[in-house]
Amino acid sequence: MLAFAIRRLLHTIPILAIVSLIAFGMIKLVPGDPAVVMGGTNATAAEIDQIRRNLGLDQPFHVQLGAFYWNLLQGDLGNSLLLNVPVTSAIIERLPATLWLSAYAMLLTLIFGLATGIIAALRHNTWVDQAATTLALIGVSLPNFWLGLVMIVVFSVHLGWLPTSGFVDPAENVIGFLRTATMPAAALAMLQIGLLARITRSAMLEVLRQDYVRTARAKGLPEWVVVMKHALANAMIPIVTVVGLIFSVLISGSIVIETIFTIPGMGALLGNAILRRDYPMIQGGLLFVAAALMLLNLLADMLYAYFDPRVQVDRDG
Amino acid sequence: MADLALTLFPANARRTGRKLLRNRAFVAGAFLVTLVFLAIVLAPLIAQYEPNRMQIRMRFRPPSSEFWFGTDNLGRDMFARVLYGGRLSIEIGFWVVMLNAVFGVTLGALAGYFRALDNPLMRLSDALMAFPSVLLAIGIAAILGPSTSTAVIALAVVYIPRTARILRASVLVVRELDYVHASRAAGAGDWHILWRHILPNCMAPLLVQLSFVFAYAVLSEAVLSFLGLGAPPTVPSWGILISEGRSYIREAWWLTVVPGIAIAVTVLGLNLLGDGLRDVLDPRMKIQQE
Repeated sequence: MLAFAIRRLLHTIPILAIVSLIAFGMIKLVPGDPAVVMGGTNATAAEIDQIRRNLGLDQPFHVQLGAFYWNLLQGDLGNSLLLNVPVTSAIIERLPATLWLSAYAMLLTLIFGLATGIIAALRHNTWVDQAATTLALIGVSLPNFWLGLVMIVVFSVHLGWLPTSGFVDPAENVIGFLRTATMPAAALAMLQIGLLARITRSAMLEVLRQDYVRTARAKGLPEWVVVMKHALANAMIPIVTVVGLIFSVLISGSIVIETIFTIPGMGALLGNAILRRDYPMIQGGLLFVAAALMLLNLLADMLYAYFDPRVQVDRDG
Repeated sequence: MADLALTLFPANARRTGRKLLRNRAFVAGAFLVTLVFLAIVLAPLIAQYEPNRMQIRMRFRPPSSEFWFGTDNLGRDMFARVLYGGRLSIEIGFWVVMLNAVFGVTLGALAGYFRALDNPLMRLSDALMAFPSVLLAIGIAAILGPSTSTAVIALAVVYIPRTARILRASVLVVRELDYVHASRAAGAGDWHILWRHILPNCMAPLLVQLSFVFAYAVLSEAVLSFLGLGAPPTVPSWGILISEGRSYIREAWWLTVVPGIAIAVTVLGLNLLGDGLRDVLDPRMKIQQE
């Protein structure tokens, strides 16, 4: 187990190195002079020069690369041009709202995604299965930002039940959190509910065909024990594989969803940085998100290896 | 479809074609996708008004028999705007699929066939796939500046590693099959084996993947243009229509709702098509791909 953990960790390091190199290289892709683009149309020559010096763009390439990694190792992702604060502290400040929202969306995903998938598999080839499969497919076909807007039209404009925007910290006021976060979380969760329902259904169908499920039924176990204990436990492995994917969809989605619902989270921070061409913020944000997701995937890998020792051999390399 | 099946699976083309026609997901998907394509191509014939013709007296008309999808803040016919707007969305999706076919196949085949290239290419793809897909596309588009080709490049960069990975997996299987060994024993060169014997047998998973890439590309393009990172052309894409409609969401819900339905119908059709193709051509892929 330990050897596996170390191997996975060693495997992650070169990828992380390439990820950071991609993030570093992105700023070189800015057409023309990045300092001019960032300064905007009204910037004077001196201001542009200042931006260039702040970003180290006046230095030779290898010095820039060295400085980038030196700062990175110290957890310094540069300064946001727009907010004039370090990228890292801007992200940390905005992280809680995004985490709360993601946790809420994840909860909705697990409840509805697993339930839909399991029910569809148990009622295989009936109208229930058809309905669930169709709903799941519609779920993965809807643009989430559009769904958010439609919910605003229905629940805020017409019915007046929920506020159109804002965010309340659940640690202070749970009801307020539920009132503000339910629509964005549902809009975020829809795609993943569809994804999870689809994968759960196919994993369950596969497992329900196995001999040990037939044995469990044959020895007279109640159906729910067969489903929950014998089938679902074994279907969990492909299901857990998509959790990494779900997190990644969640983070992408939060950019637009947080912008629409004006939630002060990391997604809105990045969305705004993108609109205003705040390159250090974009670069730092992408790098932060990618690194965080890699860490999550690494943890997920360790978890499967723990629950299913066969994985240690299969997933090697 | 029969022609395509014939080139892909000459031995049992007819059987594959029949199976596809019996697959409900495939038929429904093909129907929706054809419907959308026809509507977009025949837009000048179907739409009663020009997409940019303003009739200020007719502004904010809700959907009716005259204006099927209502009119916008400048009295422009939304039906025409949605049909013409789809052209850009579909065009971007199409080019993303083409770039995926070319580069995904090339890189995947190289990685799967030549052992020495496998590790570096796959580590690069791991690194690109470490970024959340839509977020990376948004980042690239933001940095390159808004334009149609930017959107195509950004989305292609995001999905090519995924396509390459799927192709690599099938190449790894096919390269160990007996007829490949036989061909090598008979003295065939690497390129001949790869091109004539391996790639033709990897087409099924590729086709399935490309239909999903098309679906993702249409969805993600909507996000890009909603954020103002697509092209600012005279006829906006579906994402831009939604973003414009958002300002009038209280007075005129249809401006936001209708373009979203257009996206959903297109993406649903492509997903159904992909599901159907997968069920018929490559049932084993089911779990891995989702």
